Amino acid sequence: MIEFRGVTKQYPDGTLAIEHVDIVIQPRTITVLVGSSGSGKTTLLRMINRMVDPTSGQVLVDGTDVATVDPVRLRRSIGYVMQNGGLLPHRRIVDNVATVPLLRGVAKSAARARSLELLDTVGLDRGLADKYPRQLSGGQQQRVGVARALAADPNILLMDEPFGAVDPIVRLELQTELRRLQSALDKTVVFVTHDIDEAFALADQMVILRTGGIVAQIGTPAEVLAHPADDFVASFIGADRGQRRLRLQPRDPASGRIVVVDSAGRPAGLIEDDHASIGDGASPDVKAS
Amino acid sequence: MNWLISNFDLVVGLTVNHIRLSVVPIIVGFVVAVPLARIAVTGRTARAVIITSTSLLYTIPSLPLFVILPAIIGTKVLSDINLIVALSIYAVAIMVRAAADAFTSVPVDVKQASLAMGYSRWQQFWRVEFPLAGPVLLAGMRVVSVSTIALVSVGVLIGSQNLGYLFTNGKQRNILEEVATGIVASLLIALVFDLILVLLGRLLLPWNRKNGSRSAQADSVRLPITVGDVG
Repeated sequence: MIEFRGVTKQYPDGTLAIEHVDIVIQPRTITVLVGSSGSGKTTLLRMINRMVDPTSGQVLVDGTDVATVDPVRLRRSIGYVMQNGGLLPHRRIVDNVATVPLLRGVAKSAARARSLELLDTVGLDRGLADKYPRQLSGGQQQRVGVARALAADPNILLMDEPFGAVDPIVRLELQTELRRLQSALDKTVVFVTHDIDEAFALADQMVILRTGGIVAQIGTPAEVLAHPADDFVASFIGADRGQRRLRLQPRDPASGRIVVVDSAGRPAGLIEDDHASIGDGASPDVKAS
Repeated sequence: MNWLISNFDLVVGLTVNHIRLSVVPIIVGFVVAVPLARIAVTGRTARAVIITSTSLLYTIPSLPLFVILPAIIGTKVLSDINLIVALSIYAVAIMVRAAADAFTSVPVDVKQASLAMGYSRWQQFWRVEFPLAGPVLLAGMRVVSVSTIALVSVGVLIGSQNLGYLFTNGKQRNILEEVATGIVASLLIALVFDLILVLLGRLLLPWNRKNGSRSAQADSVRLPITVGDVG
């Protein structure tokens, strides 16, 4: 479990990056910190592995205040994935993945063997092991970044806009992959993004932040959709523009399927279970995507 | 070729000495400049102070420096050490700026990533910053190498035995072949040194091949003739 207790970060010039934040992150869930730039989401994330220390308040991991833990040791016990992969350009893929085990003093051969397994885990060909990062595509580098973060088998995975620099198709693929990995590996994932759709796609719990590091709302995606805490949240998730309001269209006579459309009448999807029909009052489970 | 054939031993002796006198300043330049440059990139003030003061060293004219050094460091007037120390100073002057550029060229996100992975500061320097600064450091070393080999010749004016002797002696006795031999031999040394550095780069920086940014690296290395680096 990760807990932020009254966390504030103020820079020497007086600007508040984070203002009195309380968050509880349950183990083995995906929590998404979402907000536009300047909302302090990355700063919050980096407080967990002490790349940033709060000016006041506490960050606890499994009940231990991280301020009492040596930062280098702490970081080696927490996986970290960043935008563009952040791979070391001068190390081969296999060595990049083995970075943390090697830092922890694991024997080179064992670390390399584990690296190769992890390439399988994240769906990469072992043939890439001896290449350098720049020889890989953006999506592949991102997968290597995830493999590297998993190498020391951490309980916690911090992800800082990890899929921000890849194209939309690869991004969707990586999001699906992350959910698969999370359910298979049972990690506590804290994920930072400015993309609200990505947040809805991944989150068990969403933390919506506004400029100045203020928490606007915490809740499950369904709660946030159903009850935006205020106008800011409503606007941020697109509810005020009708983007999240979906309607069912009358059954298409040719295929017999029911199409879901958004407020502008554009198709957003199909109803999976079409026993439910319009007019009988049953509201089928429509998920915004 | 008559002059060369009959003076072959002299030329070989001078060449060996020329190499000996060049190698030490090149290495000292590297060893002294790298830590200074690393400190220089930690902050604006550090950078302004270190880069400006080392660049100023380069503006000291060589002859007066050769003459003054014995008085400062207590060596004999005709000792080769004066020359080696003077050339080391120039090597540092060139290399500090090049090395500062080299450390600045290390991508910020890679440094952040290494911090997040749990590299200690020391490990981060040795295993991430230093190797990644390699290509630009190498470009700087190539400039230092050529510059040092050329400057060694001036040492002949304070009695050092090197290929510069062939220039002064050949000029005094009006033997064109002797002067030409000196020039060709210096060029050869410079070429061989450059080749060694390039091969070292290939060996130590295998990840950097076909990087397509060679010109950018070369651009960032220049002689510190302009001193205004306070900004």
